[in-house]
Amino acid sequence: MSAPHAHSHAETEALPLSDEALARFDKEVAKYPYAQRQSAVMACLAIAQQEHGYVSQASEAVIAERLGMPEIAVREVTTFYNMYNQHKLGKYKLNVCTNLPCQLRDGQKALHHLEQKLGITMGQTTADGLFTLQQSECLGACADSPVMLVNDRTMCSFMSNEKLDQLIDGLKGAQG
Amino acid sequence: MNAEQVLSQFQATGVQTCFHDRHIEPQIYADLDGTNWRLKDYEARGGYAALRKILLGADGAEPMTQDQVIATVKESALRGRGGAGFPTGLKWSFMPRSFPGQKYLVCNSDEGEPGTCKDRDILQFNPHIVIEGMIIAAFAMGISVGYNYIHGEIFQTYDRFEEALEEARAAGYLGDQLLGSNFSFHLHAFHGFGAYICGEETALLESLEGKKGQPRFKPPFPASFGLYGKPTTINNTETFAAVPWIIRNGGAAYLACGKPNNGGTKIFSVSGDVEMPGNYEIPLGTPFSKLLELAGGVRKGRTLKAVIPGGSSSPVLPADVMMQCTMDYDSIAKAGSMLGSGALIVMDDSRDMVESLLRLSYFYMHESCGQCTPCREGTGWMWRVIDRILNEHGREGDLDLLNSLADNIQGRTICALGDAAAMPVRAMIKHFRPEFEALIQQRKNPAGTATA
Repeated sequence: MSAPHAHSHAETEALPLSDEALARFDKEVAKYPYAQRQSAVMACLAIAQQEHGYVSQASEAVIAERLGMPEIAVREVTTFYNMYNQHKLGKYKLNVCTNLPCQLRDGQKALHHLEQKLGITMGQTTADGLFTLQQSECLGACADSPVMLVNDRTMCSFMSNEKLDQLIDGLKGAQG
Repeated sequence: MNAEQVLSQFQATGVQTCFHDRHIEPQIYADLDGTNWRLKDYEARGGYAALRKILLGADGAEPMTQDQVIATVKESALRGRGGAGFPTGLKWSFMPRSFPGQKYLVCNSDEGEPGTCKDRDILQFNPHIVIEGMIIAAFAMGISVGYNYIHGEIFQTYDRFEEALEEARAAGYLGDQLLGSNFSFHLHAFHGFGAYICGEETALLESLEGKKGQPRFKPPFPASFGLYGKPTTINNTETFAAVPWIIRNGGAAYLACGKPNNGGTKIFSVSGDVEMPGNYEIPLGTPFSKLLELAGGVRKGRTLKAVIPGGSSSPVLPADVMMQCTMDYDSIAKAGSMLGSGALIVMDDSRDMVESLLRLSYFYMHESCGQCTPCREGTGWMWRVIDRILNEHGREGDLDLLNSLADNIQGRTICALGDAAAMPVRAMIKHFRPEFEALIQQRKNPAGTATA
């Protein structure tokens, strides 16, 4: 497996958000009284992250403007919640739960197995930029342990070592 | 295959956790199979009949009044399923119904208490039961707008709930003048994005307002100053899900299927060292030994050592105490712990309690919002002391230090996260002190001079 590399923090290129993302913002904003449209910030940040893989400062600025809130207030939200990526990560972010109920059912073993298979330690990204591995707190799927969340939106359950191998090999060979 | 197809092979089906036929007299999980979550399926199971009974009347009876709905819920002895166990009917009666401005109803589906995974299965496999329960609650309190705050980590469940909301809107169960009545209710879904603290109701409200999830001082309580400063009632997912059954069958029937002061069924999430981890819906008051049996018993070849009975924040109970308990609020409280969210973390005789406590302490340190000094500083301090004990660098007096730290956190913070961090530490030391002492002793007698 390829060697790990450190994250670059100089990623400031201002990728524009797509029209589709902006349309999804509008749908979220419509859920709240207009004066309280700041309520949509969590959803908008998640949409931006889904599109770019992380929340850039440029995305925060767009969201701040649309929701009528100061940029620093958006930044406070990005940095408070665990799931927002503050810089670019691998193409696939793997979050393995190791909290106590999972620790009792091989959650930590699953994390260690992935560390060995990917040749990185938790918190790192593989050199080919495909995988970022993170330890996570309770995902709320304790009876499915070992559990892993992929790219914030897809929960994978009962992840034995064999299944972890299948998942990694499958994603490496996946198209698109 | 594309990435989505690869990942789809590893999705939970609910067979192990929910559709296993090892519930007892289920109400919320009854007759679910994973495919029958849609509105037409829910209606076929008697869904939205309770709402019709309230708004239109049923069996020749008049429509129900707000007072009648609240009285029925009070009679049922339904208690909050999120952790505190507060009587739901009483909470609803605190809402100032005559308040002239906007009021809000909020569902707390931010299910992040380690061990708890019941609300996920409700929302995933029976979302309309929560929607109907919320509409009924909104009617009872005269509320026209609601939000369901869903744990960010279960995004597929959030998407499922959004789909169910669309179905309910299209069928006229949500929106203006429901079923031709004068009552209007609009409901929306909101998702978190990874912050345990947002399960605390005032942190949840802050988050719902688009801010950091830092708890507010109480009082004022949400019933007078809630979302956007307006009167707000917040209940757990499972609490709302219990309501349609109560309206259809009556408060007395619900109370009768539990035990006095503990009405109804409750869903227990059983995780850890059992053969069949999963969610089990059983009447309150069922013996713990029966629940353990439903979950397949302790792992083969092992015996029960301890159970954390109500989510990671509840004090651990040793096996002999636990085996005497029935699964209800009063029995678990009498034994010195809390029923909490109904999440049982089962530990067998192979488990090292210091190692287990270390992981929990790390969690509370990680999730402390940082607002109150005792919690922000104390959780990290406790974690460091437990870490050095586990790594055989513990010092004489460390257990007293841990108890002192816990004392100085508990009851001295804005919200209950401080208590939640402190209680497991105190309970582990109380019940399993020799394990901690043995590790501290090993430092005093290093390997070279050990008697063995």
